[in-house]
Amino acid sequence: MSIFINKNTRIITQGITGKTGQFHTEKCQEYANGKECFVAGVNPKKAGESIFNIPIYASVKEAAAETGATVSVIYVPPPGAAAAIWEAVEADLDLAICITEGIPVRDMLILRNKMKAKEAAGGKKTLLLGPNCPGLITPEEVKIGIMPGHIHRKGRIGVVSRSGTLTYEAVGQLTEIGLGQSSAVGIGGDPINGLKHIDVMKAFNDDPDTDAVIMIGEIGGPDEAEAAMWCKENMKKPIVGFIAGVTAPAGKRMGHAGALISGGADTADAKLAIMEECGFTVTRNPSEMAKLLKAML
Amino acid sequence: MKIHEYQGKQLLKKFGVTVPRGIHCTTVDDAVKAAETLGGKVWVVKAQIHAGGRGKGGGVKVATSLEKVREYASQILGMQLVTHQTGPEGQKVRHLLIEEGADIQHEYYVAALTDRATQSVAIMASYEGGMDIEEVAHKTPEKIVKVFVNPLVGLTDEQGLELAKGMGMNEASIPQCIDTLKKLYTCYMETDASLAEINPLIHETDGTVKAIDAKFNFDSNALYRQPEIVAMRDLDEEDADEIEASKFDLAYISLDGNIGCLVNGAGLAMATMDTIKLFGAEPANFLDVGGGATTEKVTEAFKIMLKNPKVKGILVNIFGGIMKCDTIATGVVAAAKETHLSVPLVVRMKGTNEDLGKKILQESGLPIISADSMAEAATKIVAAVK
Repeated sequence: MSIFINKNTRIITQGITGKTGQFHTEKCQEYANGKECFVAGVNPKKAGESIFNIPIYASVKEAAAETGATVSVIYVPPPGAAAAIWEAVEADLDLAICITEGIPVRDMLILRNKMKAKEAAGGKKTLLLGPNCPGLITPEEVKIGIMPGHIHRKGRIGVVSRSGTLTYEAVGQLTEIGLGQSSAVGIGGDPINGLKHIDVMKAFNDDPDTDAVIMIGEIGGPDEAEAAMWCKENMKKPIVGFIAGVTAPAGKRMGHAGALISGGADTADAKLAIMEECGFTVTRNPSEMAKLLKAML
Repeated sequence: MKIHEYQGKQLLKKFGVTVPRGIHCTTVDDAVKAAETLGGKVWVVKAQIHAGGRGKGGGVKVATSLEKVREYASQILGMQLVTHQTGPEGQKVRHLLIEEGADIQHEYYVAALTDRATQSVAIMASYEGGMDIEEVAHKTPEKIVKVFVNPLVGLTDEQGLELAKGMGMNEASIPQCIDTLKKLYTCYMETDASLAEINPLIHETDGTVKAIDAKFNFDSNALYRQPEIVAMRDLDEEDADEIEASKFDLAYISLDGNIGCLVNGAGLAMATMDTIKLFGAEPANFLDVGGGATTEKVTEAFKIMLKNPKVKGILVNIFGGIMKCDTIATGVVAAAKETHLSVPLVVRMKGTNEDLGKKILQESGLPIISADSMAEAATKIVAAVK
């Protein structure tokens, strides 16, 4: 078991013919069961053709109908990325993973509210991972995204983080110390996104093959605190927590009103304090995430 | 991206919000001419810099004669204006806004910004305008009202009324206030803003609602479709090194410490900075080389870091994924040679082609200190600069 994806997952790649899409599709195909998992690409202008032996369809709906795929990964450039996600949602997929970095926030605001309206009207709920994320991997089964496959080992530790390279850091430490991973999930760094820490923590909690979790956060936003509160009441597995950005200058990216709205609880120190209060083993030293976790098993 | 107050007011005006008549100028003579053109008996001379808190720093003066306009304009233009947002060195004033005086009966606060938690646009309002809103939020949070706007619906009449009542708006001004809030929301959405703040919003004796200040931030992801906003960019107000870095697609922010760091990925870069602090020193910068670093990019990154005279040592931390460690190592060696690097350099590399990368560093003949973990790298660089 694992969360969200496994070796039987069938995947559509949107933006498969672009430079980034091609590069990563090949890497994903090479990883574990990738050749069987990546079954379709989408490009209306190249429907009927194929790339890396993957057939290209005109739309996500058609690709899903023809192949039975339930998950899509999106490499479409920023101006069209939100529309590409919406196409996956309208095709009633289970999960859309958007790798694209640099999507305008307004596009994501409108998209997320359209998704919520569809669900409220009784439509199928499509989970969204990202945007601006590395994707997710179930080691030795399937990799969907841009993470380096070779640093992962199959095992029983879950990893969730907003940042790509910090996820790799945690995974690298775990593998080095002899602990494999059940799944590693990068939820992405954008302010308006799909799955949040709390959603991934719930999935790890329900996964019988995950024994413990490393949860990594960053400054800004209320997500980590929200996940921590949920874990305090519900999580049955040990958690190591780290928050990046103790030294980050305040208000550098956005005026102070952003911090204001979340009640001032979005500094690294505030988040670490809440996580500790909620029973996480927190560290201020990101080099010892795996070591701390091992000591808890 | 930020803009000046006078530009923000142009935007608000375009979307139908009432603002005082005003003229932007860059010389003292033009400031006096502007006051003459505006007419009346009272003018406000306002320094235009991107930081807030200008009034307290002496950058906003009310003049009751043309002589006073000249006097204040000469004082303010060219001054190093220090506010709580500029840092102790202040920001040089290059632009002025000359405005007609306003008949201020009360100062309110309104702002629009994107709220992560509800994935909507939050509109905040308060009776306590004209002062630092953070202070209001801290001392009297009950005096701030918020509504969350679904972008598929827009700001409704009910929400507008809730805000206007909640902020204690003058009874006779409520309809215009609701109208102003709607226009502010439309302006926020259509310009791809990430913050639109009017502090203060006022009402005058005749009930007119007016924006006396305007502060905007814009979503950098959306600038490609906002040429009018991009044209308002003022490079003089931005950090020269950060502009230089952005040309090479490097995310760079200068800080106050003495250890330069070069990292791939924003999260790992922050974690590296935190580790440096944890081991007793302070980072000199945040620098994310991103996913596709080339030798040229790494060299430029070194040059930008080394421009900062405070840098006494450099820590490179790379987790090679798509980016291979040997590529980075080649870049680091080339950069160290080209910049005649004279400060200690610690390199920590993990991931794809790690061994190859380490070999390139070793064989370069340069005094590069290698480390296996972030903690080890931080310990070594902190020791090396002491």
